[in-house]
Amino acid sequence: MKVLMFGWEFPPHIAGGLGTACHGLTKGLAKHDVEILFVMPSASGDEDQSAVKIVNASDVPFTQTWSDMQTFLNKVDFLRVSSNLVPYIDPQLYSEYGSEIKRSEYEQFKVKYGAKYKFSGKYGANLMEEVASYAMVAATIASENTFDVIHAHDWLTYAAGIAAKRISGKPLVIHVHATSFDRGSADNIDTRVFEIERMGMLEADKVITVSNLTRNIVINKYGIDPSKVITVHNAVDFNEFQQVDVRRGVEDKIVTFLGRITFQKGPEYFIEAAAKVLKRMPNARFVMAGNGDLMNRSIRRVAKLGIADRFHFTGFLRGADVKKMFSYSDVYVMPSVSEPFGISPLEAMKSNVPTIISKQSGVAEVLKYAIKVDFWDIDAMADAMYGLLAYPGLSEMSIRCGVEEVNALKWENAALKIKDVYSMAIAGE
Amino acid sequence: MDKSLCFYFQVHQPDRLRLYRFFDIGNDSQYFDEFANKTILKRVAERCYLPMNSLMLELIDKYKGEFKIAYSISGVALEQFEKYAPEVLESFKKLAATKCVEFLAETYSHSLASLASEKEFKAQVKAHAAAIKKHFGVTPKAFRNTELIYSDQIGAQVADMGYNVMLTEGAKHILGWKSPNYLYTNAINPKMKLLLKNFNLSDDIAFRFSDRSNPNWPLTSDKYAQWLNEACVNDEVINLFMDYETFGEHQRHSTGIFEFMRALPGAVLENTNLKFRTPSEVAQKHQPVAPLHVPFAISWADEERDTSAWIGNELQNEAFHKLYSMEKQVMATKDEALISDYRKLQESDHFYYMCTKFFSDGAVHKYFNPYDTPYEAFINYMNAFSDFQLRVDKATAAKKRKSSK
Repeated sequence: MKVLMFGWEFPPHIAGGLGTACHGLTKGLAKHDVEILFVMPSASGDEDQSAVKIVNASDVPFTQTWSDMQTFLNKVDFLRVSSNLVPYIDPQLYSEYGSEIKRSEYEQFKVKYGAKYKFSGKYGANLMEEVASYAMVAATIASENTFDVIHAHDWLTYAAGIAAKRISGKPLVIHVHATSFDRGSADNIDTRVFEIERMGMLEADKVITVSNLTRNIVINKYGIDPSKVITVHNAVDFNEFQQVDVRRGVEDKIVTFLGRITFQKGPEYFIEAAAKVLKRMPNARFVMAGNGDLMNRSIRRVAKLGIADRFHFTGFLRGADVKKMFSYSDVYVMPSVSEPFGISPLEAMKSNVPTIISKQSGVAEVLKYAIKVDFWDIDAMADAMYGLLAYPGLSEMSIRCGVEEVNALKWENAALKIKDVYSMAIAGE
Repeated sequence: MDKSLCFYFQVHQPDRLRLYRFFDIGNDSQYFDEFANKTILKRVAERCYLPMNSLMLELIDKYKGEFKIAYSISGVALEQFEKYAPEVLESFKKLAATKCVEFLAETYSHSLASLASEKEFKAQVKAHAAAIKKHFGVTPKAFRNTELIYSDQIGAQVADMGYNVMLTEGAKHILGWKSPNYLYTNAINPKMKLLLKNFNLSDDIAFRFSDRSNPNWPLTSDKYAQWLNEACVNDEVINLFMDYETFGEHQRHSTGIFEFMRALPGAVLENTNLKFRTPSEVAQKHQPVAPLHVPFAISWADEERDTSAWIGNELQNEAFHKLYSMEKQVMATKDEALISDYRKLQESDHFYYMCTKFFSDGAVHKYFNPYDTPYEAFINYMNAFSDFQLRVDKATAAKKRKSSK
């Protein structure tokens, strides 16, 4: 079986969890004899190609033949991502304007023909343009390679997946790692992204979600037919995992929050629970590691509660410092309001840190022994923190069972399920 | 009757904290950025302290006792001079030898202790007086509190310490229709005389001197002497209080600020009936006109002229409260290194960096601030403070073990 896979990033150069997940997943698929052509907008050449063949979209010249152009543009006309939105215009003017757009599109196409597009592969201001150009290049790649199925990861690559499907006629599987509803609150989502996501889901033959939580969002918020949405939980690859030894400067027990300090991650519930624990256990310490748009508000709240000498902020942590932070921690808390999956609790458990997770996270569906609380239930969260700090029996069991559970989550198993999804898509089931 | 013109310059440099990370807590107790502190001090010495001191010396010599000024040099600034720029200390000593210069008393570490603890306040004033005596051979007689912070209560406490002159801000909301250009007394203890800063005329030099959008730019010594003359037609004393760093640092050499100062004494002595006097001389020469009621603390900072630049928001309140709640425990350790760090952590500058009044006085705040945001300032301070707490707890525990043996 041969797969044309569209991603946005791949280790070692990653900004989020998507690249890590793609890496683990492709390695798992390779074990089941799946051959993968992995396309990414901007490869550096030092990616791990043991399981995949990397195609750097920045190196692919745009070479649809001239005569195909009309058909091609008709096939990929969805790519004009709201570029023709003009306010205050009457119908007649609009139709004139419309044909004007058609003309300029041909012109643009001529300019692009034979050229390469230099992708940044980042998440910058030109994201929408990159997403559209990525899809153009994807069409070229699709016409020049043979494969059985197309697999696209997250909204950035959905347009590429659709273009490849229209050109090749092969089935499309899209993989939902996160949705717009996880990135903003329900009444404050990016509608352009939502549209692309919905388009991808509608066009896809199968939709893979990373948890049932996400599956429900896809079905209810995007209105997708439940029969084609399948949950495959993420796994985690700890082969190269090494715990670091650190000199702990403080003897007090430390409870840690690690992640972006944004609405989605629920930092305020962590702070309120911390204040409650400190009333009963004044020598505990709390750390909020990371940054984000709620950081300043969180700092003010901590000051207001009068716990700033027991509640520390580290700012954004990278690589080695993240491991160091885990070594410092006695309890790890992920109070996310909405979390499609959530890899970081698994890292914490692997580092022998007892873990509390919110019920509103995908990872809660696969962990039996982690302590689960509703993100809003700060009393329950405080109880759990206190219990893990005060009763050694509880934390010992949590550590032991946590490591076992994490070790059982293998990409190999997840990959087998994904392979089944491919088979269904190819068979048209 | 001849009238008085009183110049007082504030000399202070804070001990800026280094980037103190969470992982440093308990592992590293070096809090201060020696490199930045040294570099900044050397820069200011070169631009301001040395050229300005030599100018002042020149003017004192030239006018043979008719030109007089006063300085308040914080204890921590004196320490930095000793460590990084002894030549600055020497030049101040030369000024002290002219007898035309008065050195004022203040808190050793330029702290806000007067707002938190009378005991700590008095201890720091005592330590500062000892340092002035050690370096300049004089015991200060007049007092000025950090950033001219003053209230009835604080004034009475200072009187208790044996001072009978104190400097503060001529804050509009306190004075109302009254003029700052007279001597006043403390409302609780009438023996304590008050000199009030004339902020209009002081700020003409300190803030507006080089402001080209000011219709009065350029400011010449003659024009300024004329203003002084007009200001004291009916009044008795004009107090010009400002940061010493105004000269050469805030107002660069190229603005002509040094030339302005060089010509000013001549212009004043020739064209006005003002005489230069030091704060103690002013207090002796003039009669107080009334007691001044200041129930809540005032200062010379910002539009509000209150203490909100240091303890106005929740970040500052938290840090301030945590810091002073440790006083007894720190002092009980009798550990010199701990007490020294404790005093340095009290420097008002640390709290100033946490101020969130971006808009109204943002320009001034930004100038003095090594941090990008008040939040960073707060986090950094609290991290260092947490390590300090650990050390104090350790020292306390060790002491307990000793005494129980």
